[in-house]
Amino acid sequence: MTVTRIGEAVRRKEDHRFITGKGQYTDDIFRPRQAHAYFLRSPHAHARIRSIDTAEALAMPGVVAILTGKELAEDKLGDLICGWMIHDIHGQPMKMGSHPALAKEKVRYVGDHVAVVIAEQLDQAKDAAAAIAVDYDVLPAVAELAGATDSATLVHDEIPGNLAFEWHLGDAAATERAFAEARHVTTLEIVNNRLIPNAMEPRAAIGEYDSGNDAYTLWTTSQNPHVARLVLSAFVGIAPEHKLRVIAPDVGGGFGSKIFIYAEETVCAWASKRVGRPVKWTGDRSEAFLSDAHGRDHITTAELAMDERGKILGLRVKTRANMGAYLSTFASSIPTYLYAPLLSGQYDIPAIHAAVEAVYTTTAPVDAYRGAGRPEATFVIERLMEVAARELGVDPADFRKRNFVRKFPHQTPVIMAYDTGDYRASLDKAMKIADVKGFGRRRRHSARQGKLRGLGYSCYIEACGIAPSQAVGSLGAGVGLWESAEVRVNPTGNVEILTGSHSHGQGHETTFAQLVSDRLGIPIEQVTVVHGDTDKVQFGMGTYGSRSGAVGMSAIVKALDKVEAKAKKIASHLLEASVADIEFRDGQFTVAGTDRSIDFASVALNAYVAHKFPTSEIEPGLKEGAFYDPVNFTFPAGTHICEVEIDPETGKTTIASWTAVDDFGVVINPMIVEGQVHGGIAQGVGQALMEAASYDRDGQLVTGSFMDYAMPRAEDLPSFQMGFTQTRCPSNPLGIKGCGEAGAIAAPPAVINAITDALGTEAVPMPATPSTVWEVMRAFGPAARAAE
Amino acid sequence: MPIVTMTVNGRTASADIDPRTLLVQFLRENLMLTGTHVGCDTSQCGACTVHLDGDAVKSCTVLALQAEGCAVTTIEGLGAPGLLHPMQEAFREHHGLQCGFCTPGMIMAAVDIVHRHGNELSETLIRHELDGNICRCTGYHNIVKAVAEGARAMAPAMGAGGTGSTGLRTAAE
Ligand code: FES
Ligand code: FES
Repeated sequence: MTVTRIGEAVRRKEDHRFITGKGQYTDDIFRPRQAHAYFLRSPHAHARIRSIDTAEALAMPGVVAILTGKELAEDKLGDLICGWMIHDIHGQPMKMGSHPALAKEKVRYVGDHVAVVIAEQLDQAKDAAAAIAVDYDVLPAVAELAGATDSATLVHDEIPGNLAFEWHLGDAAATERAFAEARHVTTLEIVNNRLIPNAMEPRAAIGEYDSGNDAYTLWTTSQNPHVARLVLSAFVGIAPEHKLRVIAPDVGGGFGSKIFIYAEETVCAWASKRVGRPVKWTGDRSEAFLSDAHGRDHITTAELAMDERGKILGLRVKTRANMGAYLSTFASSIPTYLYAPLLSGQYDIPAIHAAVEAVYTTTAPVDAYRGAGRPEATFVIERLMEVAARELGVDPADFRKRNFVRKFPHQTPVIMAYDTGDYRASLDKAMKIADVKGFGRRRRHSARQGKLRGLGYSCYIEACGIAPSQAVGSLGAGVGLWESAEVRVNPTGNVEILTGSHSHGQGHETTFAQLVSDRLGIPIEQVTVVHGDTDKVQFGMGTYGSRSGAVGMSAIVKALDKVEAKAKKIASHLLEASVADIEFRDGQFTVAGTDRSIDFASVALNAYVAHKFPTSEIEPGLKEGAFYDPVNFTFPAGTHICEVEIDPETGKTTIASWTAVDDFGVVINPMIVEGQVHGGIAQGVGQALMEAASYDRDGQLVTGSFMDYAMPRAEDLPSFQMGFTQTRCPSNPLGIKGCGEAGAIAAPPAVINAITDALGTEAVPMPATPSTVWEVMRAFGPAARAAE
Repeated sequence: MPIVTMTVNGRTASADIDPRTLLVQFLRENLMLTGTHVGCDTSQCGACTVHLDGDAVKSCTVLALQAEGCAVTTIEGLGAPGLLHPMQEAFREHHGLQCGFCTPGMIMAAVDIVHRHGNELSETLIRHELDGNICRCTGYHNIVKAVAEGARAMAPAMGAGGTGSTGLRTAAE
């Protein structure tokens, strides 16, 4: 058994249980005496509840209990919260509409929670739910983002204009001046389409109350079980933290949608005490469509000002963001601090101003979805760059190179201080891999087949590892964004790592163990990673925003530093040398300049036996914890190049090739990192070509199943050509930048830039489905232009 | 309530069930074979794929009663005890999974593709054949690689000449 090094594409430790069907997801857990919950959901987008009559339903077979907002109020449960306070342009706090786990006076979107039926069998619960008589006073829907602020209908009676907040970032006056001096201005109207995350495992929860100890356990599909416990304790008030254990076992994908604290898990935990039984809920896919937090949904006007040499002078952006019916857990941070600070992209832009309106509608809440704000920003800037280059008659790659940030650190006018990068290097490398030189030939070849070919760039930047805590606190975050770790060395020398990060596909059980193997010189098989249980791991902030490498692993490094320091002290006694002379390398403690050494396992054993060192000086045992707070965001960046071929007969776009060159800093496991990029690209291509959540005028979700909401399938995608460049991140000990969201951020503008290149018109909305492309071609394409 | 009897992973399984019980519910809730997953309610995602008398089916779309007297293989019954099936091994080797939720269905579907199309599978064919299985994590890149390699590994060790045999079948099949 050998040591695994950082940088090796070691195979995943967690895979065995998944490929043999032994994964344990929440729905795979069956608790003794468990009852089943089914949620009666609002069929209306907007209605006042006059009354709920549960008498007939309660009498039906198998029904254990039916609970509504009334019981919730009886037990004085608090509302679900939004944990990021935005102050508006007038310095006033954002307007947060009340968000009870079960509706009180009103329902505000189709799928909103009206009542929960708890029964012996799920089918019995469903049957009984159908027998509940709810008398609704149906109100007009506010289904469209564009008109929501002018609507006479208020989603929350107390919030005028359906406006959660108006917010801005940047220097308006300086930006104004930049535009006054501009020789050329490129303007775009952009709709960033609404998406439904659709992790393949639907959300699920089991609440269980132990009356003997007056304590709750909640199994839930969460990316951040500690945050869920904190919210359910401190705000909802289900139980004090030490009486509530939250376990997030294997979780089947999250992409942001499992960060949030939802009504269903809240109700399962709360109801388990009321009914004296474990209460289990597993969402079906239709419920996921209706009630998982959606993503994106922006309407934006963006303008780019340039001088006569094509140097960017300023950027002005106005965005209206859909918040849905309630402010979900982190919703307010997405179109603000995770969006506007990224608008500078990879470019040196002297003046930027972004104004954002966050608007309520009678639709499902909108919150973070893979990339969260950063894909929206990247779409704005990367579409502008491409269109501006075309308007100026400059090659889009050259235009980007002309405006790249070249000196680091670089302070943008919108908060961010980019620490390091080499944008030119990733663009050059991507152009080489994509054989951009040969594109003309390929385009002619396509033309001979009657097809249109286009090439699009996306030079993205993202900000990961949101930090430092003091800074995000000053911007309104309700929590710090550090991470914790504990390294427990057992007497026989194997190691358990307890982390506040949560793995739901990212492969932490492998990469975190890889780090420990490399550092302590023990085989990776001797390292176990423990996560996702508030009883085992003291606290943690969870996994989202590509933070587990840059922040989570940095915490492990800090704890390992402490382990090494203590182990050296113990080794110094065992080797009868001064601690200053002890060196640690490849699992051996050695007295410098001698061949006297002792291995890690022996030191571990001695730490626990404690016979050979004075315990008045050194405590027995070998276990250390650490909290790590980053000093800056990290800034992964890169270039993706998409080549498309379009069939003008059908409007169907085929991704002919995809090249991704990313700078993630130091890469722990390239196999896993590439996998993260692949998945991100697929989601980004999904947004660009096929995915769209759509509500009709009455606020009914029209895309409520996989029959109506197109998910990318194997045939929709090519194999990807991958490459890395590397600039080490200076702000964390491992030099990691993060990779989880890059693909989803980079992909949409690359696709649309390629399609617009092929069609010769910029008027291509997302998703560019065959019928959309076909219609665009009819309206603006070569044939239409010829007819003019 | 009716009694249903079938062979699951080589063993006889029998239970008294509500007639509306789906095969996937029977497997998960009666037999506690939770490796078979439910990812949708419209027969679209393939997370529930199992083999019924040797053919891949979506077990969310089959009533347990319809499987009366049939042989069912789930992910738990693939390969031999202590020995991974070559397709399982290929998914691990080629990082064909991330969160693992679609994986059992993907592997069962992949084995079925090999049974129908043999050991040499083109990328185009694999992508086309995976039409009924959705993965949200991997972008399919590594799944496609895994299926191609797994298919090759399923060829009988001596059959380098490519006789069209598709290698390992489980006892139940
Ligand atoms: S659960 Fe059977 S196809 Fe989705
Ligand atoms: S690995 Fe997560 S859905 Fe496929």
